[in-house]
Amino acid sequence: MDYTVLLLAIPFLMFLLLGLVGQKLGPKMAGILGTAGLSVVTVLAYYVAYSYFLNKGLTLNGVLESAVNGDGSWKALTSFNFTWLDLSNANRPDLRIEIGMLFDPISVMMLVVITTVSLMVHIYSIGYMHGEEGFERYYSILSLFSFAMLGLVVATNIFQMYIFWELVGVSSFLLIGFYYKKPSAVKAAKKAFIVTRFADMFFLVGILILSYYTKTFSFEQINGDHAALVHTTMGGLTFMGCSVTAIALTLIFLGGAGKSAMFPFQIWLPDAMEGPTPSSALIHAATMVVAGVYLVARLFPVYFFEATSVLTFIAYVGAFTSLFAALIACTQTDIKRVLAFSTISQIAYMMVALGVSGYASAHEAGLGFTASMWHLFTHAMFKALLFMCAGAIIHAVHSNEMDDMGNMRKYLPITHWTFLIACFAIAGIPPFSGFFSKDEILTAAFESNMIIYVCQAFVAGLTAFYMFRLYFRIFWYNEPTFHHTPHEAPKSMTIPLIVLAAFTCVGGFIPFSEFITAESIGYEIEMNTTIATISVVVALIGIAIATFMYKKQNEWPDKVTAIFKNFYVWAYHRFYIDEVYLFITNKIIFGIICTFIAWFDRHIIDGFMNLLAWTTNLVSDETKEVQSGSVQQYAWVFIMGVVTIVALALYL
Amino acid sequence: MEFLTAYLTANNIIFFILAAIILVFGFLSVTTTKILRAATYLFFVLFAIAGLYLLLTYEFIAAVQLSVYAGGIVVLLVFAILLVKNLGEETEKVSCQKKLVSAIAAISGVVISLVTLFGFGFQNNESADELTANVNMETIGHTLMGVEKYQYLLPFEAASVFLLACIIGSVVVATNLKKEDKK
Amino acid sequence: MNVPVEFYLVLSTLLFFIGVYGFIVRKNLIGILMSIELILNAVNINFVVFNRFLFPEKLEGYMYGLFVIIVAAAETAVAIAIIINVYRNMKNIDVDSIKELKN
Repeated sequence: MDYTVLLLAIPFLMFLLLGLVGQKLGPKMAGILGTAGLSVVTVLAYYVAYSYFLNKGLTLNGVLESAVNGDGSWKALTSFNFTWLDLSNANRPDLRIEIGMLFDPISVMMLVVITTVSLMVHIYSIGYMHGEEGFERYYSILSLFSFAMLGLVVATNIFQMYIFWELVGVSSFLLIGFYYKKPSAVKAAKKAFIVTRFADMFFLVGILILSYYTKTFSFEQINGDHAALVHTTMGGLTFMGCSVTAIALTLIFLGGAGKSAMFPFQIWLPDAMEGPTPSSALIHAATMVVAGVYLVARLFPVYFFEATSVLTFIAYVGAFTSLFAALIACTQTDIKRVLAFSTISQIAYMMVALGVSGYASAHEAGLGFTASMWHLFTHAMFKALLFMCAGAIIHAVHSNEMDDMGNMRKYLPITHWTFLIACFAIAGIPPFSGFFSKDEILTAAFESNMIIYVCQAFVAGLTAFYMFRLYFRIFWYNEPTFHHTPHEAPKSMTIPLIVLAAFTCVGGFIPFSEFITAESIGYEIEMNTTIATISVVVALIGIAIATFMYKKQNEWPDKVTAIFKNFYVWAYHRFYIDEVYLFITNKIIFGIICTFIAWFDRHIIDGFMNLLAWTTNLVSDETKEVQSGSVQQYAWVFIMGVVTIVALALYL
Repeated sequence: MEFLTAYLTANNIIFFILAAIILVFGFLSVTTTKILRAATYLFFVLFAIAGLYLLLTYEFIAAVQLSVYAGGIVVLLVFAILLVKNLGEETEKVSCQKKLVSAIAAISGVVISLVTLFGFGFQNNESADELTANVNMETIGHTLMGVEKYQYLLPFEAASVFLLACIIGSVVVATNLKKEDKK
Repeated sequence: MNVPVEFYLVLSTLLFFIGVYGFIVRKNLIGILMSIELILNAVNINFVVFNRFLFPEKLEGYMYGLFVIIVAAAETAVAIAIIINVYRNMKNIDVDSIKELKN
């Protein structure tokens, strides 16, 4: 145990402190304390990243440990790992639930992402949440989330990951339901929790199947040596014609799909925008929703070597989700919803990249893995930036609807410029970060599967279109009648915007492939100029169409809508997936199955309990007469008792 | 007639008369609705029991019975009844159910006791007939005051202390009460 | 010829259960007290009779009888003090209405 434990300890203590005595400290103190705590964590995380990646060595427990193996690959370091629950016996010596901290390229990269975005959100929230009721509570939950998310990424074993996985789910639930007096927020919180929890059930079952055979939870043992352990213990096992490994890994992926809002679990994410905008930026754009991607990346060797079919399945699910979400994003009018669908689409991109990835570093076979993690990094930055800009805009006009906005570049110059940078990044225009990561994803898809590549390239165009539709609708278009003149956000809000915009500008020049690869061996990426050109051209076409349709108010949007009338309505209503869910849950589950269960519960179970109570009542009503306190009655019982005993003793 | 002649000795006749008084007045004393009458009937019962002791030639205990019970306790009871308002005239209403339940207990007890009693088959000690002589008062005095085996100085002293405690207790109860009443 | 011992015992049995009947059926405390006197007397008869018929040369039962009378006297004195006390406090000596001690 050494300084690295502070990465988890500080947010947790801050959560306890702000949660328990936040009311006494007052909002200002709570905000400053929370931000200060997280600043320390951020500095620590940057120090860890700096030592790990650049110094290639990490001082753990007072010993400088090299982060590089003899063959030049990155090495996973463990700062501590104590047994929390020992389940081992002679048959399964390694089965124990441990809590520890693992540092390897992806977890260190995630530390940087989480702490950066979280710190920006902390600072931003001081301005954004100013004067809100429950300000202290908000900061306390933010700290809880930071703690849980950091614990998740540094997990040494899959069970620790699951524990923190549920913790992030809880903090997400609490933040979505932050305005708990609003019925829609309560509904959204419940929806998010139930949907992700439902998916987590699959995750848990998957973990149990995997651990049942491998007899360990540890990532190191499961992944080690090209997932040899999984191969020896589970290889060849089938259940109803399917490989058990594939079943387990599919179930684990479903858990990740729930958190990452992959189809068909995507329904909770748009509603989750009911929460405060900065928390949406942190949880529902940058960090928590990529937990699913991180999970698949964590177990990538197992997926690649033992269940390639599942990887292909992941790729198709991702491709479909990204297309699906991008289409919906083109029709939404609530700016946060557009961003939410864009998030789903971009996370699906990462899933696609993992799905099409190879393993080896040689000849860029493992490009997809690198690209996925890279896109995770860049996306976290520019999507958090987009959400924060949206927050600043909502702060200025007090509405989420596009119709209440327009021509705002005059009023919010900083927001305008940072938003534009983020839009270029997500659209994939060089030299912004999104271009590089997305380009690598497209390259990986191109080399692996043509259908997916075409689909993803089309989605890239759609992305550019709907992002610039959003941009032009907010900052150009016609000026509506404002309730009051919009004003630029305070400094505490604009500084995080500028910082994240800076990250977005330079994020593409980080040599990611040196650091993060499936095989842990660094390599050089060579830009595939053909694919890069195609993707830039597609993006430019998207931008051009958006500019044509939305720069000034004109009749084209309505005309296009008229052409695709039915399709537009479907997309606007999110293809009625929510309604399908409602139908299934309300009509089929509640209406048919639950009616019977409710009847059974009400009449048989409750009836049995009522019978017990009724009988007890009756018996006690009758027997309480026995203890009346009347001496005469006691005397009578006494006499009869003596008579009976004498009669029995003498005459029977 | 043989039965009659066998039992109609002077002793038996006296016994039957006493027994009749005891049982009849005993029964009346628990069934009468007027409490003052009950006390009177109780007095008769106690008196007759003293006669029973005399029949057994135990004069001393008969005398104690008369003086303590008939002279002391019954008088005390009558005082208590008179102190407690209107009880002399007040009638008790006892439900039939309660009477029946009590009677069941009493009768079942009687039955089981008598069955056992007659089943036992006492053999009358003939020598007891011969011991008609009175118990000497001197013997009683020595038995009470002696410390040997079968002598009762310790219980006697204990009883005297016990009586003293009772007197003090009664007085304490009475004084406390008066203070409370004045308040 | 003496009265047979059974006669005495039958008499004391009957008197005892008359007392028991009274104890259960009586409502007021003085009535109960009187029933107790009957029970004690019935027992006393037994003591004396057994002494007379079984061990006429000893005074065991005799002395027991004496002490029972003493204790009965003491008990009655205390009981009556309590009854009067109860009556002054509650203006009533019915067992059914005296329930203060129960709770």
